[in-house]
Amino acid sequence: MPIISIRDLVVEYDGRRILDGLNLDIEHGETLVLLGGSGSGKSTLLRQILALERPKSGSITVKGIDITRCSTAELKTVRHSLGVAFQSAALFNSLSVRDNVALTLREHTKLAPSIIELVVWMKLAVVGLGDFGKLHPQELSGGMKKRAAVARALALEPEILVLDEPSAGLDPIVAAELDDLILLLKEAFQMTVIVVTHEMPSAFRIADRIAMLYQGRFTAIGTKDEIRASQNPRVRQFLDRVPEDMTKTSAIADYFEKYLQTQEAYR
Amino acid sequence: MATVLESVGRRTISELDYVGSLNIQLWATLRAMGSALPFVGNRYRWQATVRQILQIGVDALPMVALMAICTGFILAMQGASELRRFGAMHYVIDLVAVGFTRELGPLLTAIAVSGRSGSSFAAEIGTMKVTEELDSLRVMALEPVEFLLAPKYLAALISVPCLSIVSNVCGIVAGGLFMFFSTRLAPPLYLRYVLDSIVLRDVITGLIKSVAFATIIAHVGCLEGFRVRGGPDSVGRSTTSAVVKATFLVIVSDAVFTAIFYFTVKS
Repeated sequence: MPIISIRDLVVEYDGRRILDGLNLDIEHGETLVLLGGSGSGKSTLLRQILALERPKSGSITVKGIDITRCSTAELKTVRHSLGVAFQSAALFNSLSVRDNVALTLREHTKLAPSIIELVVWMKLAVVGLGDFGKLHPQELSGGMKKRAAVARALALEPEILVLDEPSAGLDPIVAAELDDLILLLKEAFQMTVIVVTHEMPSAFRIADRIAMLYQGRFTAIGTKDEIRASQNPRVRQFLDRVPEDMTKTSAIADYFEKYLQTQEAYR
Repeated sequence: MATVLESVGRRTISELDYVGSLNIQLWATLRAMGSALPFVGNRYRWQATVRQILQIGVDALPMVALMAICTGFILAMQGASELRRFGAMHYVIDLVAVGFTRELGPLLTAIAVSGRSGSSFAAEIGTMKVTEELDSLRVMALEPVEFLLAPKYLAALISVPCLSIVSNVCGIVAGGLFMFFSTRLAPPLYLRYVLDSIVLRDVITGLIKSVAFATIIAHVGCLEGFRVRGGPDSVGRSTTSAVVKATFLVIVSDAVFTAIFYFTVKS
């Protein structure tokens, strides 16, 4: 039974369809990379999986609970098994890194403060920030912030780890270090990992499977090799870095047509 | 004509939506307030409440005291300039004492707190929204209403009435200083006249008002923060809006409370 199951998911913002009838199963212990260009709906799908927004129709089942219709108590149970590191890290600036990681442990467990301190140190050590707990998020570099966010996401030892654009805005070396970290975590904790990214090298390094989104639909779902060998034009365009022909989009074509008409009228 | 009606209708619906949101938020906060209470609630929420009491109450003390002293002097001087012509200088004492306990003490405090803390609530929550910290709280199974709003509201409910009492005392002391320097009225005698002129009901109605003002300031400030959409510029707009709306609603509610007390409680 898949740990996450998405069925006929439709999401609309102000009548504009963002996700159009998505179906996807994510198996226990696999690393799934959601790949897609800007505006393809990756982050929207992620927000749906995290139950931060409600869909227009369809369902998302996490560990057997339909999070689009469940009660607040059930949603809380589901969220205890989720660890999330947001694109912006979203660390609480008013708290030190250590307190950021300790927050969920203090709120959701009855562990003694000394045990919490130990667990926090261990989580920070896993991501290479064992000596940086006292610092505040604003004192960290971009890569360190992302690592701290991962440490916070790991605090309750979640079954599902969700990472939104972990390599965005980082230099290639730090991005590669983060990829190593994801692989290490997967091996050490046997967790299901969902990674949203548009960084191809990173995706092919960490993924078991890749789901590629284009204009709110999955254009391809498969293993790394299947995606690499895919002849789907959208997948090929993405893999081969072929730019979109901007003049073929209707809005730009309309603009040029009107512009030419005005120029002719002036003559 | 249709456009005007349409615009009025749209504005009315928007204002009703705002009032509705305020009420929903108030109800949700009241339900979550138990967690912010000492001894019976969550230890960390109570610690947050104490920090907020220091910020809303203690930090605002010098400003509120100075505003009350200045206003006490102004009221006494303006009153004296007219009452002196009728040989009724002793009524200045009634004017200052009753004016402050019933009206000016709570109102001045509310305006000061609205400017300091209402804007700070909006900026804090708005920034957290923009930086995905609120989403981060939700996915950690921590409700922002319980985590952020309940401590702020409880702190405002404790701080604003206390500040109002300080404001009353400072205003009355300023009136006493004026009477001493202008008529050589001895302070003990001034105090006796003050105690003769005010009754317990005056103090209680003032405190009831300050509780209502605290509710308005905390909830308008937080709601403006939660309604932030977009980037940092909208945080700035919401901060301004929080102060403007809270001050406006404080004055309107003051008028309503004064009318209620005037028509229902006869002296």
